Amino acid sequence: MSENRRIKVLVCKPGLDGHDRGAKVIARALRDAGMEVIYTGIHQTPDDVVNTVIQEDPDAVILSILSGAHNALCPMIMEKLKEKDIDDVLVAVGGIIPDEDKPFLEKHGLKGFQGPGTELKEIVEFVKTNLKR
Amino acid sequence: MGFEALIDRLLKGDTRAAARLITIAENDIGAAEEIINSIYKHTGKAYILGITGAPGSGKSTLISTLTNIFVKEGKKVGIICVDPTSPLTGGALLGDRIRMKKHFTTDNVFIRSMANRGQLGGLARATEDAIKILDVYGCDIVIIETVGVGQSEVDIFRPAQSVLVLLVPGMGDDIQAIKAGIMEITDIFVVNKMDLPGADRKVSDITQMLELSMSFKYDYENLNQDHAIVHKWTPKIVKLNSKTGENFDNLLEIINEHKAFLKETGVIENYRLNRIKNETLQILKHKLTRKVEGLIHSNPQIDEYIRLVMDKSMDPYSMANLIIKLLGIE
Repeated sequence: MSENRRIKVLVCKPGLDGHDRGAKVIARALRDAGMEVIYTGIHQTPDDVVNTVIQEDPDAVILSILSGAHNALCPMIMEKLKEKDIDDVLVAVGGIIPDEDKPFLEKHGLKGFQGPGTELKEIVEFVKTNLKR
Repeated sequence: MGFEALIDRLLKGDTRAAARLITIAENDIGAAEEIINSIYKHTGKAYILGITGAPGSGKSTLISTLTNIFVKEGKKVGIICVDPTSPLTGGALLGDRIRMKKHFTTDNVFIRSMANRGQLGGLARATEDAIKILDVYGCDIVIIETVGVGQSEVDIFRPAQSVLVLLVPGMGDDIQAIKAGIMEITDIFVVNKMDLPGADRKVSDITQMLELSMSFKYDYENLNQDHAIVHKWTPKIVKLNSKTGENFDNLLEIINEHKAFLKETGVIENYRLNRIKNETLQILKHKLTRKVEGLIHSNPQIDEYIRLVMDKSMDPYSMANLIIKLLGIE
């Protein structure tokens, strides 16, 4: 089924973090790469994210976190996705993710970890090559 | 590929099945056909409300506030938000959902963003399919938000039972109000952002426009010749504030009045008849266009015609007639 398939991506910022410039830049870059991007902005709870994934049925979710709460929020989101049997969506996190936290997040199924200064085309490529369906 | 399992789940009200079926219908018109073929007999229960207006007029915010009320009434609400696709890259930024944050975790609210994928008219090709899927999913109300429109994106009047047009104070004068297009398909005019200066002026411009053009409104005469009496709805105007919820009780009253009008006068039957006609026409256009495109690129006979037109021994109209003959549908 791919007569007119477009890659659909959800970009959002979980938690109490208002620094959304990066997320907007990513959303714009993916849009310009021909993807359909849903942007739900700041202050998303894990339930908000999971419900949006259920209803919008995106191919990928990009979480942008600069607040340092990634180790708390990301596993919660992954857990709730698992509860709903959602296993065909790429979930990536970017922002300020220290190297020592990456193995922990990887263990929970997260990918990406791009930080400030990453080339936009690298992020586009990352999304295209890591889709699960 | 069969979709029986997903459709079974949809019929039981499974949210993920509804979401996935909409994705499939968006991506593949052949699959959409198969899905609608199986579920069509279950459609027709939902009330379909269309919301349109210029970019930034407050459509998404109004839907969010309206949804509060519907949910409190115990209704299940489906929302389809259409945003434009870039003509340059094919990408889209779907940003309507962000105005409806309040309902991300509300039970019985399903919000779906949709890119128009280049279709003009304010909706996407698959919007009709998505409406039907949400209808079968069990929504009592399906709200459709069009792309931010200009003057002539009027496709919303085809699927919607009631069309609500949002206007804001300070945009356009009384001449704008008598132009053709979107002002003609409106059932309910909403002057949003009523706290801004010029709201009363806007209401009076629309009132005067309606007084001028009453006889053109809702002309069902050539839509259903069997009906001797043609009932006409007089479009209503309400000013409100979507952010604070001020005057929403008025809006709700008018929506209910319009619903009752459709039912009591039998106009709803005309609506159904026209929706089927229009939708079939859309599908035919799509199918025939693809057929003709295929033919033009592959048929040597047509290359011959093109050469004749280039030599001026034939004109494009005559060539078109010959192609229709080739298609065998004359």
